[in-house]
Amino acid sequence: MRASVTGRPAGGLIEGTDMAKNVVKQKKSNLTRYNRAGYFFVAPFVVVFLIFSVYPVLRTLYLSFTNAKVTTLNLQMVGFANYLRVLKDKYFWISLWNTVKIWGVNIVLQLGLAFLLTIVFSDLKYKIKGLGVFRALYYLPNLIAATSIAFLFKTLLDWRYGTVNQILNSVYVALGVSKAPVDWMGSPSTAGVVISLIQTWMWFGNSFIMLMAGVQGINKDYYEAASIDGAGRWTLFGKITLPLLKPILLYVAITSLIGGLQMFDLPYLMAEKTAASYNSVQTVVMYLYKFGFETGTTQVGYASAIAYVLFAIILAVSIAQIKMVNKED
Amino acid sequence: MTTGDKIKKAILYILLILLAAACLFPFLLMMVNATRSGVEITHSFTLIPSSHLTENWKIVFSYFNLFKGMLNSLIVSVPATLLTAYFSAMTAYGLAMYKFKGSKVIFTAILIFMMIPGQLSLIGFYNLCTKLHLVNSYIPLIIPAVAAPGTVFFLRQYILSALPPSLIEAARIDGAKEVYSFHRIVLPIMMPGIATMSIMAFIGNWNNYLLPMIILNKNEKFTLPVMMATLRASTDIQSNQGAIYLAVAISVIPILIVFCFCSKYIISSISAGSVKE
Repeated sequence: MRASVTGRPAGGLIEGTDMAKNVVKQKKSNLTRYNRAGYFFVAPFVVVFLIFSVYPVLRTLYLSFTNAKVTTLNLQMVGFANYLRVLKDKYFWISLWNTVKIWGVNIVLQLGLAFLLTIVFSDLKYKIKGLGVFRALYYLPNLIAATSIAFLFKTLLDWRYGTVNQILNSVYVALGVSKAPVDWMGSPSTAGVVISLIQTWMWFGNSFIMLMAGVQGINKDYYEAASIDGAGRWTLFGKITLPLLKPILLYVAITSLIGGLQMFDLPYLMAEKTAASYNSVQTVVMYLYKFGFETGTTQVGYASAIAYVLFAIILAVSIAQIKMVNKED
Repeated sequence: MTTGDKIKKAILYILLILLAAACLFPFLLMMVNATRSGVEITHSFTLIPSSHLTENWKIVFSYFNLFKGMLNSLIVSVPATLLTAYFSAMTAYGLAMYKFKGSKVIFTAILIFMMIPGQLSLIGFYNLCTKLHLVNSYIPLIIPAVAAPGTVFFLRQYILSALPPSLIEAARIDGAKEVYSFHRIVLPIMMPGIATMSIMAFIGNWNNYLLPMIILNKNEKFTLPVMMATLRASTDIQSNQGAIYLAVAISVIPILIVFCFCSKYIISSISAGSVKE
């Protein structure tokens, strides 16, 4: 039947496929020749990756099973001793709890704020203008080095001379009440929250941009169709926006968690070692740094074990997060 | 729109503007306080600039040379960014366009290392640098930029969506060598993607603190963030808050200026990063 359609005898068609096969074969051998160039393109990456990424990771793993203190000469293998020590180390768990607390308060506020902004800017009724300018301003704090942010806020929050307490004081005076100035970074009850808030201030713009990009990627037809069916603003949000934003939300949450559990710059530079609050803001990486690099407390083997326990925790939580979100579908 | 809606809309705008102000206010306080003397700052709060800028300037620069720090940061960040841009594009192209033994292994390794926190390898990395006598050198801060798994991953996706393979095949028929095609055809097409990732890489390098702090221990080598962090140990400068504000301001202003001109690109690069995942 086919032959009659194409107006060619069946035999010719078979011949044609054979020829096509030969062409494919030839093309394939050409391709393998070309494909060899692939090695050339990835070679520099692979070499540097093996030396500066893979080797350090494996080296840290090896050191975590040794008794390395300051130098790594004359090492002795100690098995899982360092790991057992981490698990029994009260201060490790305190530092982990501090990290989770500081990250947790921050991520709730950060995503909450980013969500509210996304709802406001994607609202079809109010049609808020100026997204470009607002987005830029909200993102600005994220661009500044954490070291500069740390000193800026440390100075602003100084309990005796800081501008924040001066402003609060003038408010108190205006209200006719008298209150003692708060030692923001010195007192254990406020230091962690202050760092969370600064983190939120630094990161909500970033989350907002990502969520907004996700919303703008959603097909407008969905909304129109749902609106015609009489769906209200909150139904639209709950039934269309939220489910479609889930992958981005998950991405933001996981990257934030991986970054958050590695928190170092802000608390390290803002906390005073002598202050009562130090044990409430010491993060895992600060604790790792203490054993990995600080003179006098260097125990490289132990610090390596801390690094791997932290990695295991990050991995476990990331997998749990992915599973949790996938389950809901 | 009813009057009620108009009022609601106005309230929304006010809230949005207040939030924007909250993002800028600390920087405003920083600039005002940078012009005030320590005594003035400890006495009261104001938004009116004072006249002690030069005095504060002298205190800051008698303690450290922030411009030297900026220069050092540039010496590290610019080459590192260029290496990341060029070699990531090259690797991404190699992985996306060629089928060869081991390419799957490399891609899997890239995915795994995107999940691995940098701190995991910190100790091994420092250990490696001591062995290679690279402590106090910029090499460990620049060369590893050749292998940036996240950037390779992003650019690979970019190639798959933006570069038709037929284009390269056509060039082959015309007798173009693979490397020539990469430089003359692929790189120009990938430029928007490369620019996006370069902006992020540059900011990351410029702001990086922990790694340079560990690798560098000579004052004259310090990058800007490491130099800023030495404020922590100084009691002279700590006693004069105006000088601290000025130091922070000097470290922040270059980024603010860059932001004024490039905010559009920076923002779009973050959006791109989230959607392309």
